[in-house]
Amino acid sequence: MREVAVLGVGMTKFGPSGLSLKELFAEAALEAIAESHLTSKDIQALVIGNVLGDFAERQMNLAPLLADEIGLGANVPATRVEGGCASGSVAFRDAFMWVASGFYDIVIAGGVEKFTHMGTPQVTSALAMIEDSLYEEFTGLTFPGVFAMLAHQYADKYSIPLPVLKERMARVAVKNHYHGTMNPLAQFQKEITVEKVLSSPMVCDPLQVFDCCPISDGAAAVVLASREIAERKVAKPIKVLGVGQGTGRPLSRQKDFTVMRARLASSSQAYQMAGIEPRHVDVVELHDCFTIAEIVASECLGFFEFGKGSLAAEVGETRLGGRIPINPSGGLKSKGHPVGATGCAQVYEIAKQLREECGPRQVEGARIGMTDTLGGTGTVVVNIILGR
Amino acid sequence: MYKLTHVQYFEALKENILKGLKCLDCGTITVPPKATCDECGSTNQEVTQLSGEGAIRTFTVIRVAPEGFKAPYVVVLAQLREGPWLTGLLDAPQPESATMELIGKKVKLGHRVVEHMKYTSGPGVVPLFSPVD
Repeated sequence: MREVAVLGVGMTKFGPSGLSLKELFAEAALEAIAESHLTSKDIQALVIGNVLGDFAERQMNLAPLLADEIGLGANVPATRVEGGCASGSVAFRDAFMWVASGFYDIVIAGGVEKFTHMGTPQVTSALAMIEDSLYEEFTGLTFPGVFAMLAHQYADKYSIPLPVLKERMARVAVKNHYHGTMNPLAQFQKEITVEKVLSSPMVCDPLQVFDCCPISDGAAAVVLASREIAERKVAKPIKVLGVGQGTGRPLSRQKDFTVMRARLASSSQAYQMAGIEPRHVDVVELHDCFTIAEIVASECLGFFEFGKGSLAAEVGETRLGGRIPINPSGGLKSKGHPVGATGCAQVYEIAKQLREECGPRQVEGARIGMTDTLGGTGTVVVNIILGR
Repeated sequence: MYKLTHVQYFEALKENILKGLKCLDCGTITVPPKATCDECGSTNQEVTQLSGEGAIRTFTVIRVAPEGFKAPYVVVLAQLREGPWLTGLLDAPQPESATMELIGKKVKLGHRVVEHMKYTSGPGVVPLFSPVD
């Protein structure tokens, strides 16, 4: 296996957009290709993460149409992958393996989603398809509902009174909105308060509106190549140090899902491949689809002891300037969550952080960064470790 | 080869009977049914009947529902007496007033048939738990 690096990255602004799936993707992909000092003619394969194109825009078989949109040739295979909200990271990891294996030299990975026009009941229904269709979906369980059950389970398991946990969860939202104010591509660039979170409408007890990430349109793309090509083409290639992908199970088979087995597996694969431990990571973009999701992820990735993640959030250890800055981009919560695009958008942020191009939200001296993307009820987790 | 299909499982649920698969290698009961044992992965399983009794392990009140569902309603994960957990609904007269006190509450299984969902291969039958006291 040879060394692989990230060359250029591209990303649209997240949030409601008048652009189509193809137009959104082209914006991100062409930016990534230009930043790589390449042209579309140099790209040898495309892997795209997308979840709901069929329901959102009546578009299946999306990948070849995206390839054509950005001018890729007849010899370029174009493949759509779907792993729920982790689709973009699944695409990245597949592209990584294609280059690492030597089969291709230059591959573009991306993700795109467009569904703000669908309206909440339809989006909620479509996203529920990421659950187990026979044994979960018929209950009317929604994705906020899944993480709401997780929050109750967490409070019960660690004997944290629910009001205490809720306030700590609110601090996650406040922190990510604060980070989002420094990201011009974020859907929300406005600070909020704990009071605002705790007075917002209830979605699924105990999750309120500001515990939840928004519905977003957007795209992100990343060009990967052999390290040798990367070093010739760009001034600051970002090395892919480790990747991992784990598989979980439906909720009832997972039982205690405060510790997700897919994430334990995925992160340990990535750490082992990179030859590092959690304490070596300088900056993290992790899957904060809901405030409680950030807390359990921060524990499972090894940054805090199990049961201590909510306290760490409360005392500011995960804020910019804290011990381990989490989601400097604003995270899914404030930057937005166009589901298929999220994984590559996390890579975008980490690559920019490692190149020291993040302006006021720069994590000073960051040398190693990590992403964490979760799909389904913890059924897919992908971790990517990058370094400079 | 498949000893308990989803249709057979649903048909039993319609009679408030909870069927599962008992592993003949490790003894674990797998429910809802699956081709392989939840614990050891063996395919050496036989159909068994569970008590339908258990206790709530976690819950939520869904207040923003997917298309076709009418909020509020309570979704629970219940641990069955025989060990496995099951996702279901709670028969709660006042769903909006559910609190953490639900966790640990003993429940017994009933069912609800769900026919209104689009893009399915047929209706679903959902465990509908009711509190016992």
